[in-house]
Amino acid sequence: MEYDVVIGLEIHVQLKTRTKMFTAAPYAYGAEPNTLTDPVVLGLPGTLPVLNHRAIEACAKLGLMLGCEIAEVCKWDRKNYFYPYSPKNYQLTQNEEPLCLGGLVEIEMPGASRNVQGEHRQVMLNRIHLEEDPGKLSHEAFDTVIDFNRAGVPLAEIVTEPDLHSSEEAVAFLNALIQLIHYAGVSDCDMEKGQLRCDANVSLKPAGSEKLGTRTEMKNLNSISNVRAAIEYEIVRQTHLLDAGESITQETRRWNAETGSSSSLRSKEEAHDYRYFPDPDLMPVRMDRARVAGLKTELPERPYDKQRRFQEELSLPFTITSVLCPDPELSAFFEEALTVHNSPKAIANYIANDLLRELSASAGHGESALSITDCPLTPAHIAELAKLVEGGVITKQIGKEVFAMMYTNGEMPATIVEKEGLEQSDNSDEVEALCREAIAGNAKAVAQFKEGNTKALNALKGPVMKATKGKANPATLDEILRKLIEAEA
Amino acid sequence: MPELYHQTIAELSAALEAGSLSSVALTEAVIARTDSVEPKVQAFLHRDAEDALEQARASDERRAAGKTRGPLDGIPVGIKDILAVEGQPLRCASKMLDNFVSPYDATVIAKLKAAGAVLWGRLNMDEFAMGSSTENSAYAATANPWDLERIPGGSSGGSAAALAAGEAIATIGTDTGGSIRQPAALCGVVGMKPTYGLVSRYGLVAFASSLDQAGPMSRTVEDAAILLQAMLGKDPLDSTSIAMPEVPDFRAELKTRKGPWRLGVPREFLAEGIDPEVKANIEAAIDWYRQQGSEIVDISLPHAHLSVPVYYIVATAEASSNLARFDGVRYGHRSAVADDAISLFTKSRGEGFGDEVKRRIILGTYVLSSGYYDAYYLRAQKVRTLIRRDFETAFEQVDAILSPTSPTPAFKRGERSDDPLAMYLSDIYTIAVNLAGLPALSLPSGFTSDGLPIGLQVIGKAFGEADLFAVAHAFEQGHDFHLAAAKL
Repeated sequence: MEYDVVIGLEIHVQLKTRTKMFTAAPYAYGAEPNTLTDPVVLGLPGTLPVLNHRAIEACAKLGLMLGCEIAEVCKWDRKNYFYPYSPKNYQLTQNEEPLCLGGLVEIEMPGASRNVQGEHRQVMLNRIHLEEDPGKLSHEAFDTVIDFNRAGVPLAEIVTEPDLHSSEEAVAFLNALIQLIHYAGVSDCDMEKGQLRCDANVSLKPAGSEKLGTRTEMKNLNSISNVRAAIEYEIVRQTHLLDAGESITQETRRWNAETGSSSSLRSKEEAHDYRYFPDPDLMPVRMDRARVAGLKTELPERPYDKQRRFQEELSLPFTITSVLCPDPELSAFFEEALTVHNSPKAIANYIANDLLRELSASAGHGESALSITDCPLTPAHIAELAKLVEGGVITKQIGKEVFAMMYTNGEMPATIVEKEGLEQSDNSDEVEALCREAIAGNAKAVAQFKEGNTKALNALKGPVMKATKGKANPATLDEILRKLIEAEA
Repeated sequence: MPELYHQTIAELSAALEAGSLSSVALTEAVIARTDSVEPKVQAFLHRDAEDALEQARASDERRAAGKTRGPLDGIPVGIKDILAVEGQPLRCASKMLDNFVSPYDATVIAKLKAAGAVLWGRLNMDEFAMGSSTENSAYAATANPWDLERIPGGSSGGSAAALAAGEAIATIGTDTGGSIRQPAALCGVVGMKPTYGLVSRYGLVAFASSLDQAGPMSRTVEDAAILLQAMLGKDPLDSTSIAMPEVPDFRAELKTRKGPWRLGVPREFLAEGIDPEVKANIEAAIDWYRQQGSEIVDISLPHAHLSVPVYYIVATAEASSNLARFDGVRYGHRSAVADDAISLFTKSRGEGFGDEVKRRIILGTYVLSSGYYDAYYLRAQKVRTLIRRDFETAFEQVDAILSPTSPTPAFKRGERSDDPLAMYLSDIYTIAVNLAGLPALSLPSGFTSDGLPIGLQVIGKAFGEADLFAVAHAFEQGHDFHLAAAKL
């Protein structure tokens, strides 16, 4: 039987605030266990939470980036459940009145090949709410230990509508989401560090049917490839069950990346009763409309909007925009270079090809490529280089050499050109003399050219370029050679 | 002149200021008195005489250097075992926190320290402030100094008894449903619950967060005014704390706000279930105000009779969540026989909590459960709003409201221990005030024929503490009940 797949995602994103959500204790990934705590983080008797307004602001910014409505008022609820990593055995969250409502995220499906732009569509969000991260349990040989450093870090939980229909769409959604969050600058989204975590709800229904099937929730998906694999596994599992006439049990399942399979964690009957109720320690937050409007105007351009603009207004190809646009720093680097010298294609090419190649080459063995923020070059370097080539001061070929030199020593291209004497030669007497030598030395090429084979001229240009170390102006050279051969005839 | 340990803050601070008394001498007198009567009263869970004397010496040195900090400087003040004091045990009279020492100061404590008070001991209470007799303490049975066979009231029973016995010059209690006012009434002292939000809750171990307030317990209304002045203030560590628009000088205002007033008497509060002697006493107090020129207004609080059920839903719901943090994982009692996470929780909590605490956690868990939330918790919150409106309506006509504090005088030990409902009714006149977030005070208004103290409750408008103190102070000035001391 044919089935329609229905997927909804819940994504937890750690917001990058200096201090925790309800206390002044700082947070940094990788610190010594239990050093980033205070009486509030540990839930000591008598302590109270006090809201970090930066967390609200970061979440509102995220919500605006994802096209959400920002609520007039948001409130705090307690989600009550016992777990050793939970210092108060309740979690402060927003159950009834979340900060961000609705939302739409534009995604791009994979194209026919890497060089072909795929289809775009919008995915509906249900809401985004804020909550506090619990601590972290680790199981050691004979003990379970808890690190409360992470406890109290602000988390934005992004909840989609059941609006995704394949593992590819889920992956495309996550990629688009991560780009948007990077642009908003509110989280680094490093899944390995737990900065972004994903749960997936999956259900199947007979193709074309309106009624949703029973869903299962998959937890513990800590990489994009896990999300893809877990969803695909679940689709196959549910398909087999339904084909065999069995029903799906509503349950929470745990994905095991090592075995590539999932197992039941708890059924609906074993689900927690969280006994939500309004937190009496925190006041509702009334969102200042002027501030929200201000955040909206400060919002950066969304990556796919930028990509469209680059393609339509700057005539850049998809192969280039798909490299520049996903990374806010890279696209900002590009746009800053344009303000120095407005030559989009040349600059984009230098960045997307030469610069990124150098950056990945500079990374040590086994490391990932350096990011643009570690780059020894400024946008002005690239812009100036493009300008020198475009203005005919140096040849394209010399441009490549200048690029390599400035990447190594950080000097501005004009300085390098001057120091190394790399300007295009406009000494036509010298070039003419060299051309005469070339013509005298390669009668065959001259003959071929005369027979109409214009490419034969290249054989004559080579030695001249070699002798001038590439500085000869290609146009001038071409002109002189033609003139001399014609005169010969 | 009464003994030093029976004098007031006002008197003692004048003597300290005049140089006729040192804080060390005063503190020594209080310590000696405590040593002598504590075997009978058992108001304290912990005492550190050397620490108190150290603070007293520091106070005397400040005074000698001309850097005294006001009327509380050098005065021994006892602290209920529910407020965090850095380096001191914080047990809430529970086995659950048996070895717990607080690493930080409650905001109220920091303020008292800043005012120079000598913090003296940890006072007994009902476990986690749940009770009306202090019989729910896991450690000690505090006696009522007026009759050692009787309970001191609760939950701040240790604070009230210590004060009545001369074991402290003033004490700090906390009040969630009457826990300052009821023991104050039963022990013949003044007990005051401020407007919700006036005093920071940071460092007050939460029982019911939307109701809890710390407040002063003292011999006189003036002393309560001095203490509250030092305790109040918006606290950046407590989001529910509120800045009073203009903080009056309560003590100075006692002399300027002299009435007459329009005083409301809720007819529902003197109807049934009240001890006849208490009723007669309160009616006499009302008469006194009338004779002094105040207008007595018959008012109605039509939803007040729902206060007790509403309270036992709201307070237990919040408590079930607030007390979830006591799990044996990070601090407090940890069961020796647990072998996994779930048994660590259930065994530690099963062993650590007493019966009344368990009863309330179960009740609170039930009313918040899926399917019951709307019928209980949500409905209770709606009735709570109606109760608050009842008071708002009443305060359109009156400046303050008079009522009994407790329907009965102190009862005998064990008398209500097996009957939680009877115990819950001890707070029938005080609970509505917490639900409405209003300030109220209990002051001595006389004695029963058996010589047991009776308390008059005065309820004020939100942030109307200055008027509340003035109304109570007027009664105190016209009587001498506050001068009587329990014979021990």
